[in-house]
Amino acid sequence: MSVRIGVVVFPGSNRDGDTLHALRLAGAEPARLWHESASLDGVAAIVLPGGFAFGDYLRAGAIARFSPVMRAVSAFAAEGGLVLGICNGFQVLTEAGLVPGALTRNRGLRFVAREVAIVPERLDSPFTRQIDDRRPLRVPVAHGEGCWFADPETVDALERDGQVLFRYAHDDGTVAAGEEDRANPNGSVRAVAGVSNARGNVAGLMPHPEAAVEALLGSDDGLAIIRSLVESTRERVAGRAAVAAAAR
Amino acid sequence: MTTYRFAVNVLPRDGILDPQGRAVEQSLDHLDVAGVAGVRVGRRVELTVEAPDENTARATVERLARDLFSNPLIEQATVETLGGAAPTTRVAAAR
Repeated sequence: MSVRIGVVVFPGSNRDGDTLHALRLAGAEPARLWHESASLDGVAAIVLPGGFAFGDYLRAGAIARFSPVMRAVSAFAAEGGLVLGICNGFQVLTEAGLVPGALTRNRGLRFVAREVAIVPERLDSPFTRQIDDRRPLRVPVAHGEGCWFADPETVDALERDGQVLFRYAHDDGTVAAGEEDRANPNGSVRAVAGVSNARGNVAGLMPHPEAAVEALLGSDDGLAIIRSLVESTRERVAGRAAVAAAAR
Repeated sequence: MTTYRFAVNVLPRDGILDPQGRAVEQSLDHLDVAGVAGVRVGRRVELTVEAPDENTARATVERLARDLFSNPLIEQATVETLGGAAPTTRVAAAR
């Protein structure tokens, strides 16, 4: 059974094409959703792709957050729908308050575009369940404002509640020691690379799993994250269909 | 209705790392400037608001400052009334 997954396109999104490709490789039927659309067109999950929505003016994600489509995305998330934000999409989700923290200018000031290693914190989330965690995932980052920040009390709570999904790591899988560790590309607090909301159905990460989906690209480790989303969505759709059939 | 002109000044919140401010501060050596510290880099937004009175206009600007111009998690915003632009009364167009 194929599942329809929406990829939101803002003016300035530029990773939507690759995200569509990755979703197709993972067995989904992706569809673009325009930012001015107030409807999600019946998709079963949503990805906010990377890019520079509205030129990243004011702050990355600050203007995109108020797009008509984001009202629909927020309502979808409130109903428990799966939403994944990648890079700029993560920034939009933080600005919208759908996932915790904020993304600020990289500690080293430079725009960072390179492959990094990340490790999942848990394998039972809808976004990580297909990951083989015997080695870190090799995925690229490409951002100038990817330094994830939250105050220490918030980070403590997120760690306790299992809301930290990914951290930057060394090649051997050792988590980056902190903000200054060279394995932490942007100075994110406690090397956090991805987080989810409390309910676990909305997640964001700075690295680009959709850009590491074929060996030809140097790594296909990102596919496990995309597959996790697709499989989780498929199960949810099948579950709803079964409930509907039983109710008949 | 009257128009009011405001400025919203946004700066990194106290205690939040400001890489831009730090970089600017480090560059001062190259200018042979000594004794300058505490550089913070932010942004300023100026805007005109049409409202029945200044308090109403200010409330609109404060909402925008909080929801759009700044992210309170990492930034602090202050609203400033611009004296230069004397309020001018305009008649609302009939609908």
